[in-house]
Amino acid sequence: MDVDKKDSIASDSSDQVVNPWEVSAKDGGKIDYDKLIDQFGCQRLDASLIDRVQRLTSRQPHVFLRRGVFFAHRDFNEVLDAYERGDKFYLYTGRGPSSEALHLGHLIPFMFTKYLQEAFKVPLVIQLTDDEKCMWKNLSVEESQRLARENAKDIIACGFDVTKTFIFSDFDYVGGAFYKNMVKVAKCVTLNKAMGIFGFSGEDHIGKLSFPPVQACLSVPAVPSFPSSFPHLFPGKDKLRCLIPCAIDQDPYFRMTRDVAPRLGYSKPALIESSFFPALQASGENGKMSASDPNSAIYVTDTAKEIKNKINRYAFSGGQDSIEKHREIGANLEVDIPVKYLSFFLDDDTELEHIKKEYGEGRMLTGEVKKRLTEVLTEMVERHRMARAAVTDEMVDAFMAVRPLPSMFE
Amino acid sequence: VCNYRIIFWIFQELQIDYSKYEHPPVLTVEEQAKYVSSSEGALSKNLFLKDKKNRYYIVSAMTDTKVDMKVLSQRLGLGKGGIRMAPEEALSELLQVSLGCVTPFAVVNESARDVSLLLDQKFKNQTRCIFHPLSNDVSVSLNTLGLDKFLQSIGRDSVYIDLEVNANPVVGKDQPPDLAVYVPSNSVVVPELPTKTASIQTASKNVSAEKTKPVASAKPSKLAGNGKSAVEDSALLVFKNPEKFVEEILDKTTALLLSEGKGENVEALAETFRKRLTSEFTHLAVMYKNTAYSQGFYAGTQSQPKRP
Repeated sequence: MDVDKKDSIASDSSDQVVNPWEVSAKDGGKIDYDKLIDQFGCQRLDASLIDRVQRLTSRQPHVFLRRGVFFAHRDFNEVLDAYERGDKFYLYTGRGPSSEALHLGHLIPFMFTKYLQEAFKVPLVIQLTDDEKCMWKNLSVEESQRLARENAKDIIACGFDVTKTFIFSDFDYVGGAFYKNMVKVAKCVTLNKAMGIFGFSGEDHIGKLSFPPVQACLSVPAVPSFPSSFPHLFPGKDKLRCLIPCAIDQDPYFRMTRDVAPRLGYSKPALIESSFFPALQASGENGKMSASDPNSAIYVTDTAKEIKNKINRYAFSGGQDSIEKHREIGANLEVDIPVKYLSFFLDDDTELEHIKKEYGEGRMLTGEVKKRLTEVLTEMVERHRMARAAVTDEMVDAFMAVRPLPSMFE
Repeated sequence: VCNYRIIFWIFQELQIDYSKYEHPPVLTVEEQAKYVSSSEGALSKNLFLKDKKNRYYIVSAMTDTKVDMKVLSQRLGLGKGGIRMAPEEALSELLQVSLGCVTPFAVVNESARDVSLLLDQKFKNQTRCIFHPLSNDVSVSLNTLGLDKFLQSIGRDSVYIDLEVNANPVVGKDQPPDLAVYVPSNSVVVPELPTKTASIQTASKNVSAEKTKPVASAKPSKLAGNGKSAVEDSALLVFKNPEKFVEEILDKTTALLLSEGKGENVEALAETFRKRLTSEFTHLAVMYKNTAYSQGFYAGTQSQPKRP
């Protein structure tokens, strides 16, 4: 069973650390994703699975699948098996609204979830954990609710279909059937087991764990994976499967959920997991972009000029120091950030291959790659801004209304 | 601070056709006219304006265009007296220029990133137009294509408006403020420093506060502005109004056709269209759908139950 597997988050500081609170690579190097898959016990999302997705959805798989951004899963093939038989599923993803500033890294799971919604024609629930942020980040209740609504606007701007999407905040929605499931889950999870999964020892982090509503906190991400938590959406569909796109550092939360689900008579949620979006400055120093360092990230509110500046000034380049040397040995594609970013956001496979070849063999210069990246990101951010401007408070209310979604599988 | 020579460097990099005139420092259009004759191009008057929420605007117009501040203010959705001349500190702080030197080129400065630039539509009919390139002892003439190219290179859209439109009423139930979309989304706080003088790294003589270029004066009056929804309303139109929606789709399609259509065979072109436009149009359509649904949802919450 997933939970009992020895997936020790190493206390040895020279090893890589990946958990929901901390992400760092070994000795300041790169995150070893193969090792992570091994450590966590999930599966590689291989080419045959991607082909299967293409056949089932009759469209080109999303760029994040093609480029290995979403690279691991748990039970995704079983979800596809069921889908082929006509048994649908629903999607669940969420955000902890801790800052107003959203950067591209934050958008990635939402962009992918939107694709899944469109491609498979399935409904989606989006959870805004304003209560969790209120407690852990010491925000006032009102402030975390306000941030939740502001974040909801950026999420909606990613292009979710209101007739198939339910957005809820914990402060608004927890209660009724949802709360009943929370208590059911909490009864199943002992403190010891939680500590085992998250890798806490008795002495460290006791402050975090002894805080009274913590067990409820731990169960909150689990509860939306159970369709009975949403009686207005899935009445009588207790066995409906759930697929959760998330970043791989969220895996521990859902391992616990998968352990608890069968004991409560629910299907285990399936996961589809992504690697980290690297910070502008370097792929090595830490794995993730940080919302607290504005120069580590491109924000959805950045102007074209700011994007251009940030990329030119801060994006870590794998190009050589001199043009002659560069023409001779080419760029180091392993550490080059602009190429990495293009692999996330440049949809055209042929063009990306061309850039990698020319740049890697020294014929294309860093400046050109950065210029192309600036174009791609500017277009994306512009499109997001336009969509965001159209999201009114009424639209947020509509997405967050507890209402049935009659055409959710169309 | 942007040295005015940078403007010329940008012109050369972008191969923009221009002519440069050097003369003693001038503070008014009349003085400028003494040194730069109208055969070189159309002189411009440039206003630096500010609204009550600390948002700033440059309005650059032909000298004979009547700029009615009251009308402009209403068209921006700021009510009748919402706009006035910006104070001198803002000139140096945000535009990095001295008195008598307001110019569209001032937006090259990072400090001016939130300043909205509005250009007189009538510039487009001129062979060339004349502006100061950040310094009032130099003038430069160029055509609007060159100006557009310059602005585009620094990430700015060229916004041309008909300044002499004066509908009656200017703004009303069937006539939303048509310039509201150009109100900056960010306000700027400029510290009040009455002793501060403009810092310009040019070789111009010391400019002291003298008569500024004669422009339309702002009448002080009480605020009657629309508030923050003005900007959002305009973006919303595409997603609310079928005609605007179709216009947006056709704009993007024709733009792609014009840029990709030369010499391509029709099948390949059709493929390109599908590939490049599908995702973007789907996104637009989803937002259109969401907007309609939200309006219906809101109407539902407000509707009376049917009488039995």
